[in-house]
Amino acid sequence: MVALEQELPAGLELEVQGVSHAFDLHGAPLPVLNSVGLHAKPGEFVALLGPSGCGKSTLLRLVAGLEPPRAGRILADGLPITGPHPSRVVVFQDPTLYPWRTVWDNVALGLEAQGVLRQRRNRVDEALRLVGLDGFAKAYPHQLSGGMAQRAALARALVNDPRLLVLDEPLGKLDSLTRIQMQGEIVALWRRAGFTTLLVTHDVEEALLMATRVIVFSERPARIKAEIAVDRPYPRHRDDPVLVDLRHKALELLGLAGSW
Amino acid sequence: MSSVDDAAALAAGGGAAADRGRSPAAPRLWLGGLAASAVWLAAAALTALWPETEEWVRTGEFASLLAVVGGALAFAVPLLRLLGAVGERLRAAAPWLVVLALGVIGWELVTAKLDLLPRPFFAPPQALLEVYLDEWPRLLECTVASLQLLLLGYGIGAFVGFVTGVSIGWSRAVGYWVHPVLRLIGPLPATAWLPIAFFAFPSSWSASVFLIALATGVPVTILTWSGVAGVNPAYYDIARTLGASSRFLVLKVAVPAAMPHVFVGLFMGLGASFAVLVVAEMMGVKAGLGWYLQWAQGWAAYANMYAALLVMALVCSSLVTLLFKARDRLLAWQKGLLKW
Repeated sequence: MVALEQELPAGLELEVQGVSHAFDLHGAPLPVLNSVGLHAKPGEFVALLGPSGCGKSTLLRLVAGLEPPRAGRILADGLPITGPHPSRVVVFQDPTLYPWRTVWDNVALGLEAQGVLRQRRNRVDEALRLVGLDGFAKAYPHQLSGGMAQRAALARALVNDPRLLVLDEPLGKLDSLTRIQMQGEIVALWRRAGFTTLLVTHDVEEALLMATRVIVFSERPARIKAEIAVDRPYPRHRDDPVLVDLRHKALELLGLAGSW
Repeated sequence: MSSVDDAAALAAGGGAAADRGRSPAAPRLWLGGLAASAVWLAAAALTALWPETEEWVRTGEFASLLAVVGGALAFAVPLLRLLGAVGERLRAAAPWLVVLALGVIGWELVTAKLDLLPRPFFAPPQALLEVYLDEWPRLLECTVASLQLLLLGYGIGAFVGFVTGVSIGWSRAVGYWVHPVLRLIGPLPATAWLPIAFFAFPSSWSASVFLIALATGVPVTILTWSGVAGVNPAYYDIARTLGASSRFLVLKVAVPAAMPHVFVGLFMGLGASFAVLVVAEMMGVKAGLGWYLQWAQGWAAYANMYAALLVMALVCSSLVTLLFKARDRLLAWQKGLLKW
């Protein structure tokens, strides 16, 4: 079993096939996803770009296995997703660290839940070092800045060696300087570890700077409008003329052509 | 801090005004301590020297006690800096020390010295001292009996309430069956069960344990439940994506997240348990401080009553302090805790 796991590639292959989903709002169904299909190859960095509230985050919840889709299938490495699994970890927009746990204990959460903390304690220290929080292991969440809290949330995800990292606007609430810095850090982590990454964002520039492929969603109920391949080497620069062109294209798709 | 200093200055009289002009580096005379010492010694002199309308047995001992406090304070004045943290607390307490001694003087005057208050009902401080010196074995026995009853009932109530609260908050099925019962019985004061409990249980002691447990259990249940029900659902999502079992979600997510609420319930339960304890001891249990109060009143031994009341206040206050200390340790992660 262990040998088999090691033969798997670092990244997970994700297939979303004809997925539709709806919420019950005051008794009436509110459709949020409209036959969405996408395929992420192992190790790919896919950004889901769309207007706020269009249903992108719902798709992430389905991929994480927190809810089953009303129609369609989601496959991880060819097997249907039936529930949450630590190989698919979500980083939400709010860091949602547990306030009663220190940073170290927060990062250790996944290992503790899986009952392997004793064997892998050093992985927690490693993950904290990776996100630059090794000096804050004993701090409580209320003592951290927004950026540090989100770094801790990232470490809490990475410590599980995820094969699919699901990022739900993780930088959405950070100040712009911290944001730029962490965009680079996340890309560096992804390139080193090789996991498949799914990033939900409404920031065109962020999607183009980080992802190998950007999928543009429509307004709710979300369906896929277009796909933009971003075939540029890392580290990328904001003023790269190719990226500037792609930004125009993406904004046009989002109906904001004249606003840049 | 500054308000405490101001109060100390006020108590020390005009001398403190000059004090303010000095540089903080110069060694300051502790005027508050000096004033407190003077008032305690004055209280001692008044108690010892002013003739009483009727001789009290322990007047001499009481005056000595006051003199010892006054003397100790006088000693502390030059040594305050060497006392460190204790010295700091002593400095902060100076206004209280002055007022306490003034209170003793007033009490002494209206009872033993001038006889202004009706005789058997109001006892002078030396009468309380007499009770403590002569009756302490019985008072100790009663305190122990009360504590046993209280802690057993409170422990059972807190535990059952906590488990019930978590179960209602977590399981819809448990909530369905327990919630209506709780709604009906919860608001009823535990003392209303007194007549039933005293014949339904084999002894008044076990009935009292039940009543105290009931009084404690209801608020603990409701607050624990509301704590568990109010846990941020995102906490569960996080744990579930990281591979947590239901057991982990309850014990490591729901329970710690609900702890601030649980402690509110524990405080409310503690207050309710004191009330039930005293009533139960007055009505049926033949031991404990509540019983002692009742007994003393029956013999018109009012000094004994006040003495027991003071012990009871100290015991209850200590228990609340203990619970606050436990909370401060367990909830150290919370910001802005109320300090007791």
